[in-house]
Amino acid sequence: MLKTRVIPCLLLRNKGLVKTINFRKAKYIGDPINAVKIFNDKGVDELIFLDIDATKCHQKPDFALIANIAQECFMPFAYGGGISTCDDAKKLINLGCEKIIINTAAYEKPTLIEEMAKILGSQSVVVSIDVKKSVIGGYRCFTNGGTKKTKLDPCSLAKMAQNYGAGEIFLTSIEREGTWKGFDLSLIKMVADSISIPLIACGGAKTISDLGKSVLEGGASAVAAGSMFVYHGPHHAVLINFPTEKELQEVLPLSIIKK
Amino acid sequence: MVIVDYGMGNLGSIFNMLKKIGVPAEISSNKKVIAEAKKLILPGVGSFDNAIKNLTSLDLMNILNKKVLEDKTPILGICLGIQLFTKRSDEGVLQGLGWIDAETVSFLKYIDIKAMKVPHMGWNSIKVQRKNPLMDQIDGDLRYYFVHSYFVKCNDHNDSIALTNYGIEFTSSIQKENIFGVQFHPEKSHRFGMQLLANFAGI
Repeated sequence: MLKTRVIPCLLLRNKGLVKTINFRKAKYIGDPINAVKIFNDKGVDELIFLDIDATKCHQKPDFALIANIAQECFMPFAYGGGISTCDDAKKLINLGCEKIIINTAAYEKPTLIEEMAKILGSQSVVVSIDVKKSVIGGYRCFTNGGTKKTKLDPCSLAKMAQNYGAGEIFLTSIEREGTWKGFDLSLIKMVADSISIPLIACGGAKTISDLGKSVLEGGASAVAAGSMFVYHGPHHAVLINFPTEKELQEVLPLSIIKK
Repeated sequence: MVIVDYGMGNLGSIFNMLKKIGVPAEISSNKKVIAEAKKLILPGVGSFDNAIKNLTSLDLMNILNKKVLEDKTPILGICLGIQLFTKRSDEGVLQGLGWIDAETVSFLKYIDIKAMKVPHMGWNSIKVQRKNPLMDQIDGDLRYYFVHSYFVKCNDHNDSIALTNYGIEFTSSIQKENIFGVQFHPEKSHRFGMQLLANFAGI
């Protein structure tokens, strides 16, 4: 029986760990290797690392930092940020990443998804979709770390990514990210219903029951959260934390069979 | 503990996990170092034939055979490592080490690929088949992280010590005397992996 995956999503900037609100106001919260060590001790089953500057600053992934993370990470992890070629992706897999995450590159050159899936296998290629509500109604996808508006709605982009061979969709609500307001369940449901590959939902988680809702009501296959796992208490003191297995079992189904 | 380096994959996580649990280890492809090892780990990610070719070109076949078959040094094969212990693989044409009466077969022949994806990738549970030193003292629902497209099919069921279900029930761990192997990645399976490696170190 496979468990529903609960994944801390950690943001990188200048080799440090940061946390944002609505993709802005990045606040330094510590050393990523130290965070990895704590998550190891807590028995977390998977991690996601996203470099929030790499694409915006036209930089390659920080391979040295990722190599250091890989050496200390006793669980599988995915990396996204600044990946624009198949060579970047191959290099990351060789360093010990299990999955690579692409966003801007997937939108600008969807055939890249296909090339990567051919070389690495679909299971290692995740397309991330960053979404904001549109003033004229509906949702729009953004690239370049949420700074560049595209013409696509999330369902179209998710379907396109799936058709090009993506193994998973990582969906983030820019409006909910870092706000503790709970997941945008209607967004999650809409996108999850439009694809047959697994969907990881991210953005807005406050409580363990939010995690359960995004799976049971939203139809997500897995859930990710940032603030919830790096902040603690009413004043949001930095404290790396993760629910116990028992706490998670109470809100999450043992296995979600994807349609 | 010597982790055999034969150019197949990143060995840092295994080394670091051993360090974390306080087991002195060394990564080496040096015959002398391997000859003196009290325990061996044969990891590996990549293709079967490449692995055998690399072991041959590094001239490690004889010393590994001597250590494992004559000196009875405990060895743990991980992922591709466990597959190399078998006689052959669907993945290639070269002969395996042949230490256990088994072959390495492809999932594609055994599961419905419309319903299940290959490779089998993700956390999955194992069912221990008999008491064995590797899985001693690990409580609860044992789960480990898997990434593979081929699995080991034992001709002697006594060699199979744990099973995992992925469209088919396959052997996910083996033991024959001093020869141990796991299809999953203990180095990516946090506390479950640490306990397993600690158990191996304690044999």
